[in-house]
Amino acid sequence: MTIDTSPKNPETAAVPSPGPAPARKRVPQGRKRLLTRRDRVTLAFMAGVPTVLHVALVWVTALASIALAFTSWDGIGFGSIKWVGLDNFRQLFTDNPQFWPAVQHNIIWFVALILIPTPFGLFLAVQLDKRIRFSRVYQTAFFLPVVVSLAVTGFVWQLVYNPDTGLINSLIGANKPGHYIDWIGDPHLNLWAVLIAASWRHAGYMMILYLAGLKGVDPSLREASSLDGANEWQTFKNVIFPTLRPTNTVVLVVTIIEALRAFDLVFVFNKGAQGTELLSILITNNIIGESSRIGYGSAIAVVLLVISLAVIIPYLIATFRKERRA
Amino acid sequence: MHDLSPSGLSLSAPSRRALLRGIGGAAVLGAGIPLLSACGGSGTAADSKTVTVGSNASDAVPKKAFADIYAAFKKQSGITVDVNTKDHNTFQEQINSYLQGTPDDVFNWFAGYRMQFFAAKKLAAPIDDVWAKIGDNFPDAMKKLSKGEDGKYYFVPLTTYPWAIFYRKSVFQQHGYTVPTTWDQLVALCKRMKKDGLVPIAFGDKDAWPAMGTFDQINFRTNGYDFHVELMAGKASWTDAKVKAVFDHWAELLPYHQDGFMGRTWQDAAQGLVSKKSGMYLLGSFVAQQFTVKADLDDLDFFAFPEINPAYGQDTVEAPTDGFMVSKDPKNHDGVVKLMEYLGSPSAEQTYLKADPSVVAASSKADTSAYSPLQKKAFEMIGGAKSLTQFMDRDSRPDFTSTVMQPGLQKFLQNPKGVDSLLSSIERQKKTIFASA
Repeated sequence: MTIDTSPKNPETAAVPSPGPAPARKRVPQGRKRLLTRRDRVTLAFMAGVPTVLHVALVWVTALASIALAFTSWDGIGFGSIKWVGLDNFRQLFTDNPQFWPAVQHNIIWFVALILIPTPFGLFLAVQLDKRIRFSRVYQTAFFLPVVVSLAVTGFVWQLVYNPDTGLINSLIGANKPGHYIDWIGDPHLNLWAVLIAASWRHAGYMMILYLAGLKGVDPSLREASSLDGANEWQTFKNVIFPTLRPTNTVVLVVTIIEALRAFDLVFVFNKGAQGTELLSILITNNIIGESSRIGYGSAIAVVLLVISLAVIIPYLIATFRKERRA
Repeated sequence: MHDLSPSGLSLSAPSRRALLRGIGGAAVLGAGIPLLSACGGSGTAADSKTVTVGSNASDAVPKKAFADIYAAFKKQSGITVDVNTKDHNTFQEQINSYLQGTPDDVFNWFAGYRMQFFAAKKLAAPIDDVWAKIGDNFPDAMKKLSKGEDGKYYFVPLTTYPWAIFYRKSVFQQHGYTVPTTWDQLVALCKRMKKDGLVPIAFGDKDAWPAMGTFDQINFRTNGYDFHVELMAGKASWTDAKVKAVFDHWAELLPYHQDGFMGRTWQDAAQGLVSKKSGMYLLGSFVAQQFTVKADLDDLDFFAFPEINPAYGQDTVEAPTDGFMVSKDPKNHDGVVKLMEYLGSPSAEQTYLKADPSVVAASSKADTSAYSPLQKKAFEMIGGAKSLTQFMDRDSRPDFTSTVMQPGLQKFLQNPKGVDSLLSSIERQKKTIFASA
């Protein structure tokens, strides 16, 4: 299964690899003889441009926002940056009434995605893998929400949930005074309402990932297990699912990322009002705006970064360890 | 990783060409970045016959009204106005980076704290030369609103509108209601409306700012204009008993507000008034934009928020004023001065009002004979006010109102009983935000 990790180096995939063992020996003299001046310039460009872009757009910006997290800045002129130490974090953890709910909602978002749409996506993938009739049509239908922009998704679901004229309230007659169900505004309901919309999309995404995984399962495994007399469920549980392990890892990582970067849907839905606060929305509300609190917003961004690293680093360590062993 | 280098040896001629194409692509990408960052403002060349204007008038009615003004200005002066319109909310959110980048010569903005902030940051140019000519066109209250903290003029007001309680004359007639002038009468009227099967007060707070309007009204009726100013400037304490009294009054009125307001926009709430299902609606006079049938619009009327504390009566009107500012370094200075002088003239205001009758002129010289009865009433209400306020988010720091007050007021609306802990939380956050100036 280590083959799956090779696409990380697109260069190796793009160029057909020559016999590696003899080539490695010839490298030192070969480079001198075979690379013309133009080649070297070209290669320098190829390595240089992405490096510069990467450093400028990823590292410099990330480090700058970490540095800004310890300052107070209104975004106008560099002269107004003021060092405040840990003040932003202290305010965030003690005074901000939206911060802890936001952390909680990001976690709920992850748990809900992993418990409901992910198994459902797997279920759909298994059904579609059986080559039933119109399989392509179903595949397209379930995948469509993933293709549509989340902002559009949010807008469509907002029409469904609108308290006065929305589909649900009109159907069940909950748009009369005294019977209102405020799907968008009620803090006990709105997170779940928006999670249904998120799940609707996530299930399609998971379905495609699992479908790709299932296509890679060796058919002889199925044959062997049916020869051994296993029924469909036993085959799935004991043979197919274990071979999907690499797909499961990808699914887990994708779901964590989705939960941490959840933003667009909620922002369109109700701008992260009470009940649907999310870290990403708090960052936006503090940084974007007329007299922005860039330092404070950066502090929230740093918290989000730390959470992301806490999740991603163990995963990377595990992957590299596995690679080394193989 | 280490077997990467040998692959470079096996490059054949065609793939080298592909590689160069790739470099070309990267170079284009590299060149694209500075271009992207320049997108902030409109990069129109400076020429003496053009003035650029950054506009937030993205709605159809005001957009058309401004276009009419610029057409009239061109006829008079021969200068073309090049308008760069952005979505209203986006314009507001991007104003910081917009003004620091390459802004248009002139831009739409609001009077009050929000104007003074950018003046103090030197992102706007003083226009005392313009005011030397247009000064006589405006009442003193408007002059005060147009000055920065340094006493110089930075703003030319164009239109203003009042916040008030809107109602349908026919509905009041049908049920025999009278306009309430005191708090007790207002509460009694709400009770009657509820009994008559109406929603007493239409309400939608999905966008989070309408609640600030309600707070403002109850606050300056209870505590007066001066307290409003102190509170908005971060000087008075939110844990003061006076603030608590505002929320107590509000809580008394809350049961008569339309259900499900957290998920409703003001446009949807206004539909309740259009269809005569709601009895009253506290909003700015732009609510009239939702009345598309002439007969309905003629039936619309309003009254000032009732008196709560006899010491202050109904002496304060919330009248947000919109107008124009000049960016820090306009390309066509002479053209800008001419345009600003024109915008400060009664004829520009009359042109605007012809196309957008939901507001009134800021100038006292503008001809009021063409006003609708609603406009006349609004004009008189603003003219007769002892003090004018702008709006919570125009009178205070926008970072405070958007990150603390908007969620704070929504929290109160959800749970009116938790007001004490809410107020101490607001006060704590206010202190840190106002300290960071």
